Amino acid sequence: MALLQIAEPGQSDAPHQRKLAAGIDLGTTNSLVATVRSGVPETLPNEQGEHLLPSVVQYKKGSAPVVGSEARAAATKDPLNTIISVKRFMGRGLDDVKSLGSRLPYEFVESESDMPRLHTVAGDFSPVEISADILKTLKQRAQDTLGDELTGVVITVPAYFDDAQRQATKDAARLAGLNVLRLINEPTAAAVAYGLDQGAEGVHAVFDLGGGTFDISILRLNKGVFEVLATSGDSALGGDDMDHAIAEWIMQQADIKDDVDHAQLRRLMHVARDVKEALTDSNSTTVKVELSDGAFWEGELTRETFNQLVDPLIRKTLVPCRRTLRDAGITAEEIQEVVMVGGSTRVPRVRELVGEFFGREPLVDIDPDKVVAIGAAVQADILAGNKPDGEMLLLDITPLSLGLETMGGLVEKVISRNTPIPVARAQDFTTFKDGQTALALHILQGERELVSDCRSLARFELRGIPPMVAGAARIRVTFQVDADGLLSVTAKEQTTGTESSIQVKPSYGLTDNEIEGMLRDSFEHAKEDAGMRMLREQQVEAERVIEALTAALDEDGNVLLSEQERTEINTCLQNLINIKTGNDIRAIKKAISQLDKATQDFAARRMNASINKALAGHKLDEFKN
Amino acid sequence: MESIFSRNYFELFGLPVSFEVDLNTLSEHYRELQRVSHPDKFANATDQERRLAVQQAAQINEAFRVLKDPLERGKYLLALQGINLDEETDTSMDPQFLMQQMELRESLEAVRDAQDPLGKLAGLLQEIEKAMSDMISDLSVLFANANDEAYTKARDTVRKMQFMHKLRNEIEELEEELI
Repeated sequence: MALLQIAEPGQSDAPHQRKLAAGIDLGTTNSLVATVRSGVPETLPNEQGEHLLPSVVQYKKGSAPVVGSEARAAATKDPLNTIISVKRFMGRGLDDVKSLGSRLPYEFVESESDMPRLHTVAGDFSPVEISADILKTLKQRAQDTLGDELTGVVITVPAYFDDAQRQATKDAARLAGLNVLRLINEPTAAAVAYGLDQGAEGVHAVFDLGGGTFDISILRLNKGVFEVLATSGDSALGGDDMDHAIAEWIMQQADIKDDVDHAQLRRLMHVARDVKEALTDSNSTTVKVELSDGAFWEGELTRETFNQLVDPLIRKTLVPCRRTLRDAGITAEEIQEVVMVGGSTRVPRVRELVGEFFGREPLVDIDPDKVVAIGAAVQADILAGNKPDGEMLLLDITPLSLGLETMGGLVEKVISRNTPIPVARAQDFTTFKDGQTALALHILQGERELVSDCRSLARFELRGIPPMVAGAARIRVTFQVDADGLLSVTAKEQTTGTESSIQVKPSYGLTDNEIEGMLRDSFEHAKEDAGMRMLREQQVEAERVIEALTAALDEDGNVLLSEQERTEINTCLQNLINIKTGNDIRAIKKAISQLDKATQDFAARRMNASINKALAGHKLDEFKN
Repeated sequence: MESIFSRNYFELFGLPVSFEVDLNTLSEHYRELQRVSHPDKFANATDQERRLAVQQAAQINEAFRVLKDPLERGKYLLALQGINLDEETDTSMDPQFLMQQMELRESLEAVRDAQDPLGKLAGLLQEIEKAMSDMISDLSVLFANANDEAYTKARDTVRKMQFMHKLRNEIEELEEELI
């Protein structure tokens, strides 16, 4: 065995040590984890050699939950305690969840927040907690394989996920003890994996139909830059719906009543899935189900009948396809390749209709299950800092418009769909009544004009506006969407400077307190560990700052700084180096923030210089003309 | 050295201040600017630089949004001349144009009950696209003239284009609903 290396006391770890990062595809039906090893991105199998982890969690009384194939096998025997396709409930309210399908074999309980909880023998769990259990299993798999802690992960989400669904995914990762480097969109991740592998250039469409979600994205690939031009989809449409359609057909044919028990429903769904998969390769298949009286019903489903059952579902994907083409300002003929992603694109009828729509054979030779996780792993490797001079860059967009409620229940859009992120946009609003001193801000997401047709994201109030006549106040509301696609909103009265802001926390999400509570519970017996962990995190942060600044000074310090400025920065830097090895968390924090302040101008000058350099060639061209 | 936040959008993209913009050059410059300012490029940087990168990338995105769209670009060029559209207070409008708008809107209303609603919508859309493309040609000439009279006319044209733009959005929404 090779000997492990240990650093000298007081020295930081080797500065350019490779950081362990992973990409996670948290899917409706299956989940995967992938990482870049020796320059090659690959998905990681479990001990049995299986790469796909079924996204199924079985809760048991008095013992840890079971995740994966074993849980899936138990689903028909223990339907109430075995949760499948939990992704469909992420960031949703109880009403939304109920409207997803009348045949969900779970017992939902209401909770204090609007978020639904699922009742099991081990207690009531929110979709976020159940997803966290899936993530914990993947985290464990990665750490066992790689032999060390993960620095961070990139998690993929459907491009058409709204803010509440993204926030819920991030919360689940926090609960699983993962450091999220970035949330990226599934079709974008697939394009990265495909594009890098094939060296593809030009405009591509990614058609991603999974177990429970559908996305269509159009991207321009240009020398390592993946620019998303437009995206659309349906966050409640997928292979599960095809299974439902088959199950309904069986119930009709076999004369099974609507009020069957949970176990029977689960059995039907299982049979339906097997039937769907069988029809991928054959034109007809036998359907056999056990009825509640123990007898068996047997029938035959042809591909033709199956196509009729699922056609309306598949046609639903074509409307978003048309919308994205229009939004991207691209015609179907201009698309180089249509890349098929997600397990449901194995259904022949899907390939047929998509091929018809785009007027070309879609590309089906990549593994539709693994490609998303692999793309996420590539991006995780970059964001962990392992490829500082890499060529690759993702330019993504926000899938849905964001706006505010105005008088009359109308929505005023502040950021429209398909806007590149990060983005910050401000718009001025005013008061409706004389003497109005507060403003109720209601933030919405969606394309429709009426508040009632859009998704409510959050509400907050701006108070302390001085009384004025109606329409005199100038309230500037700024929407900011970060690179994860998450929104924060600030409101400021311009004449007095009264300010209020909110990091949008979706109505159906967990509150920060709830998350902290859950985290605390998991650290219950390890309070000291938690303290040590916080210190260690602060020390790592200090090391990161020192390393980055030293590199920046070496590069640009002589050109961009006066002697006096440089001395000042050096003093703060030395101070941080001295303090960071101690165990005073506050002192380290303070030294970091002092250094931060001292380097403000330097950072701004460096950024400016790089911008000027980027376009320098063109400026010369223009002078020549 | 001027900060990127004080440069106008054309300067930021290394382009001449003009209504005429070559979209290929614009996209190419956009990618080059994002290559040096996107937050992903600052994985190993100080927090200071990472925060700046987010603001800078957002500024570049905003500039790109404005420059690539003729209507937004027209508004922005007017704003650079200190000309405001006064959207809330100025309600005056060429009566002939208003008449045309009313007719177009009536046709749109009638689409739902028409024999071939999608065909009707396509026809309407074509009409509006044509009108908008004429307006874009007008704006090219007006902004090139660059005198007070031309700017007044450009302001008028931009205001009309906003009406057309809104109508086009409504047509597209209805089309999606009917498909």
